[in-house]
Amino acid sequence: MSSQRENIIQRAVKEVEDGTIVNLGIGMPTMIANYIPAEKNIFLHSENGLLGIGPYPAEEDVDADLINAGKETVTVKQGGSFFDNAESFAMIRGGHIDLAILGGMEVSGEGDLANWMIPGKMVKGMGGAMDIVQGAQKVVIIMTHTNKEGESKIRTECALPLTGEKVVDRLITDMAVFDFTPSGMVLREVLNGADVKTVEQYTEASFIIDEALTDREGKQ
Amino acid sequence: MTKIQTSFEESVDRIQEGDTLIVGGFGLCGIPEKAIQALAQKGTKNLTVVSNNCGINDWGLGLLLENKQINKMVASYVGENKIFEEQYLSGELEVELVPQGTLAERIRAGGAGIPGFYTPTGVGTPIAEGKEHKVIGGRQCILEEAIQGDAALVKAWKGDAYGNLIYRKTARNFNPLAAAAGKFTIAEVEELVDVGELDPDFIHTPSLYVQHLLVGTSYEKRIERKTVQQV
Repeated sequence: MSSQRENIIQRAVKEVEDGTIVNLGIGMPTMIANYIPAEKNIFLHSENGLLGIGPYPAEEDVDADLINAGKETVTVKQGGSFFDNAESFAMIRGGHIDLAILGGMEVSGEGDLANWMIPGKMVKGMGGAMDIVQGAQKVVIIMTHTNKEGESKIRTECALPLTGEKVVDRLITDMAVFDFTPSGMVLREVLNGADVKTVEQYTEASFIIDEALTDREGKQ
Repeated sequence: MTKIQTSFEESVDRIQEGDTLIVGGFGLCGIPEKAIQALAQKGTKNLTVVSNNCGINDWGLGLLLENKQINKMVASYVGENKIFEEQYLSGELEVELVPQGTLAERIRAGGAGIPGFYTPTGVGTPIAEGKEHKVIGGRQCILEEAIQGDAALVKAWKGDAYGNLIYRKTARNFNPLAAAAGKFTIAEVEELVDVGELDPDFIHTPSLYVQHLLVGTSYEKRIERKTVQQV
């Protein structure tokens, strides 16, 4: 794994609070599960119908009837439960999931998210992402700050088709943590040696700088 | 009263050209593999298939794609299938992408006699285009319509002659929803048990949703992504 991704995951795992119900998206978010400290009692929700995802199975315990939403073979944790897909999304839309951590392609300054299609490329489908961003109590997006060309993925307006409008609560990149508040996008933390100036340089959307952060930077 | 049938070939005769077919399963987990194989053998064409995914190239619903039996696919994620991509890009295959929770609820509603429902899922996205919008409780929602199937294919773990079904682990997924939303539901099970053996408290699909019940043998249960603990 690149250190960039590793850094994002290390920061994202701090969002996971003891005793909560968490849904992790496919890809980088799924890897967060490996970093959750054992002393935290978390129930991971998988939208195909499982509450309480356990670790990957030992070879002899692989069960074709027990998979996560990424279609990987998994186990079930003690106290877990199985249910059908309608119930699974009732849990999601009904606000019973405390936290969802998903990947992103673009996030706007308003908290819009685009993460499911690139026009002109084969569309694979949105899966459960549109439901999850509307229903989870808190939506955290993790992504690299810039694309391969070095351009900001945090845009004034998303160019890609949206997954949801004003749905992101927090954005974690390899450089910064932003919160989306009624007064706008707020820079809360700078990460991995970046400073406010660098973050400004690589962020197309305008943002407010948290006062606490200004104080900390001032003392450095 | 018994719904037991012995021939998958004869059962899938109920499916006509042009039918809408709801098929249980998530990826390759919990798919009705025997009925799909029989339907592929039969070759019934012009089907609209409603299922979360569309199998892989040589397995599951991918077999129907290979035979060009599917006209339209309604699904939430179709990224695992090359033939799908080819037929979609050539215009042979019509595709309606539906958010997974909306798809599940549309099928549930179809089985439950609810013609439609409002949901915030998809507001502000391409999914909302052309749909009725309504603000409910201060929240912008869109109207989504129920889906019913002329037939449904489902896979369960255990069943009895009356058609009561129990699913196993995450192989449940869309199966109970499909069973209820199909006007004619063909259920296949791994194990047939005597009537009375299934505890009524633990039946997932009550008998009345099932019209045909068949026992499948030697299930392949293919795994898409086998992941094991690193030792």
